[in-house]
Amino acid sequence: MSEFVIPGQSPVSLDLHKCMRKTRGGKIKIAAGSKSGLAIKLTIFILLGLTVYGLLTFDYKNIDLAKAINGTWSNLKVLFGQPRLTYSSFAAAMRALLVTFSLGALSTIFGALIALFGALLCAKNIANPIAANVIKGFVAFIRAVPTILWVLIFTVAAGLGSVAAVIGLTFHSAGYLIKAYAESIEETDGGAIEALKASGASFWQIVSQAILPASISYMIAWTFLRFEINFTNALAVGAAAGAGGIGFDLWMAGSFYFDIRELGYITYIVVAAVILLETIATKIKARVR
Amino acid sequence: MDMFLPPIRGTTPTVNKMADKMVNKTRRPAPMPILEFQNVSKIYNNTTTALTDVSFSVDEGEFVSIIGPSGSGKSTILRCVNRLVDATRGEIIFDGHDINRANKKELRQVRKKTGMIFQHYNLVDRLSVIENVLHGRLGHKHTLTGVVGYYTEKEKENAFQILAKLGLTEQAYKRCDELSGGQKQRVGIARSLMQEPRLILCDEPIASLDPSASKVIMDHLSVINKNMNLTCIFNLHQVDVALRYSKRIIGITLGKIVYDGPPDQLGKEKIHEIYQSSEGELITDVG
Amino acid sequence: MLGKNQTFVNQTPLNQTSVFVKRKRTFTLVFLGTLALFLIAAAATNYDVIGGFESIPKAIGWLAKNFVPNAKAWSRLPDILTKLAETALVSVAVTVCAALGAFFFSLLSARTTKVNRWIGRGVRIIAAFLRNVPDIVWAILLMFSFGQNILTGFFALFFATLGMLTRTFIETIDEVSVACVEALQATGATYLQTVFQGVIPSSLPEIVSWVLYMIETNIRSSTLIGVLTATGVGAMFDLYYKRMDYSAASLVVISIVVLVIAIEIISNQIRKVIM
Repeated sequence: MSEFVIPGQSPVSLDLHKCMRKTRGGKIKIAAGSKSGLAIKLTIFILLGLTVYGLLTFDYKNIDLAKAINGTWSNLKVLFGQPRLTYSSFAAAMRALLVTFSLGALSTIFGALIALFGALLCAKNIANPIAANVIKGFVAFIRAVPTILWVLIFTVAAGLGSVAAVIGLTFHSAGYLIKAYAESIEETDGGAIEALKASGASFWQIVSQAILPASISYMIAWTFLRFEINFTNALAVGAAAGAGGIGFDLWMAGSFYFDIRELGYITYIVVAAVILLETIATKIKARVR
Repeated sequence: MDMFLPPIRGTTPTVNKMADKMVNKTRRPAPMPILEFQNVSKIYNNTTTALTDVSFSVDEGEFVSIIGPSGSGKSTILRCVNRLVDATRGEIIFDGHDINRANKKELRQVRKKTGMIFQHYNLVDRLSVIENVLHGRLGHKHTLTGVVGYYTEKEKENAFQILAKLGLTEQAYKRCDELSGGQKQRVGIARSLMQEPRLILCDEPIASLDPSASKVIMDHLSVINKNMNLTCIFNLHQVDVALRYSKRIIGITLGKIVYDGPPDQLGKEKIHEIYQSSEGELITDVG
Repeated sequence: MLGKNQTFVNQTPLNQTSVFVKRKRTFTLVFLGTLALFLIAAAATNYDVIGGFESIPKAIGWLAKNFVPNAKAWSRLPDILTKLAETALVSVAVTVCAALGAFFFSLLSARTTKVNRWIGRGVRIIAAFLRNVPDIVWAILLMFSFGQNILTGFFALFFATLGMLTRTFIETIDEVSVACVEALQATGATYLQTVFQGVIPSSLPEIVSWVLYMIETNIRSSTLIGVLTATGVGAMFDLYYKRMDYSAASLVVISIVVLVIAIEIISNQIRKVIM
């Protein structure tokens, strides 16, 4: 270090000391001490604190952890190592997969249709601000209710069957897609909208000539992402609300027949379907971009 | 500006002798090269050839500019020196060490002694200016003290001193993303000086800056080169800047050296050969 | 010269029409594809389109009449809130634990910081696997050994979250820290120094933002897992629901909604400050 200090001069002039911030102990501070840095530290501190508090106070009901982990490990080996169908057939599983896929598809289509209009009504750059805030608040409420609860509620209110599942799933999809579409629309170049407005174009002309062409590829990407989510949600709903499809088969294999091998077989089918869906979605997204 | 730091004496006796010779300008024996490229080639992914048989050597205290079109291999040359990129063939001798054969520990020594300045500054935007400057000390520190960001008071004072020379003391506690491009690049220079380097590699240091900020940066680097006798190797897009500031120009086209000599011998035709262009296509042709 | 100009003039309208024709064709294709998908899906699920639309006003009427908390339901509020707090705490703990693991994994696999190509690839495969096995499979499997325990929900969410966060952290690290990692390596900094002085400071805001998002998602998922594994606030809802005590069930939903929206608002405020 010494090579850097100019010989014969005091290492640091007095002026320089004025620019330095010192700690109480006289050491030079180096951190920026910005608000955001502080907020990050505080957030992490609180989250870690809550985690530790939670892990220490959870009611574990005196579970034998080692035994449970060992048991799960050997079950895992059976699940993925020896998949076999006993109570169901491959054809039946495929039919069930089609049902789950269809539940996901229907709720995505309905959700997208609702969201298209909803987003036009609440995108900041084209909508009436009061109406937009009302709709955004309503949508936030809809999104806050877990999907499974929507389905269970509609099962009682509208009767069991695909209708309850689809409507329940649609609620959440619509809420999610309204937010996503609105953000895509808000990214549309304001100049293009203004130019069309200046030339006397109507609302729908602006939508079809400026907004849709600019944001359609984002919207399609979001829709496919939602389709993937809806597929897994349809699985979950099938298992937890008895809404049918391959999710229900999963639940039957595991919690009714207690057959891990069957559970494994169906899991493989489901994972293959999810990966296939993701691959197709990625391909389509790449094409529309 | 001229109160800049005095020349650094090399650590080895030969280098010291060499420095003495540089000062004594009456006779000029062949000085020891600090960096030597011997038939260096680089092929990316077995397919794309970036450098073919590049050979040159740079003496201590030189101010060299490498010019050439985009993708000609300028960046690869600089990155081979501190092995951010590994050369495929050939030898690179830096300060007497064969860089390509260096093990992990020796590589750290080499990198410690070479500062690098980047086109996009490559600072940690969310940290303060002074923290970024102190990053130049990481190569000198034990892993753990570096990990927790512990620096001695002396190091901090030196960092402030360097900042003062570059006119950045007011910005010391600002976050780097609050700075202008020219200020960011000065932080980049301060970080590399903090390393006490033997060599500074400047990879397009002014390509993202406006003309006045560019001049400030080039002036700083030129003063550093003169006052500290610190070797500087530049990649430059701006031929006029290269001609004005450097004593030596290396022109490179398609991974091969096509010119190596002083700027005054670099004619228009040679420039066009380097950029593979014809009369009137280059901005430098105007006026 | 003239010939060149002529072709130019002739080509312009032709090109424009072809763009419009192409766009029209794409729209038609998308429309027909969606319609076909809709018909197939409706047939496969015996979906009653008209009945579906008719059921919505009916359902809303039913909700307005039965799905309102009454005095008896309010008296259950303390119980509900205890379970809600448990679910919230599980979501936070799961997300934080998974985030710690995911950060470690993502360092091993991100282009900028990976130690070794094979480890990097292995981590990506494991993360993809964890993401694609649905959390309900984990829940059902864990029920065998863990039973109706809080840990069932914890681990079921843990694996899915780990997979998800590993992928997003890899993307974050590669996006924000390439430049500063290169610079720190060039100064001779060691791997750990580069990680702690470069990668962590530059990617932390993004990472915290993702963790907050995952906490929000996991509260919703843990309600579902709770219905399946009889733990937390999900079990509470299921209990009232099966007893047909819809009034109490509605209070559960309302408290979940309040919690989720509160977390969303807080997260957005934090994001505004840290980004």
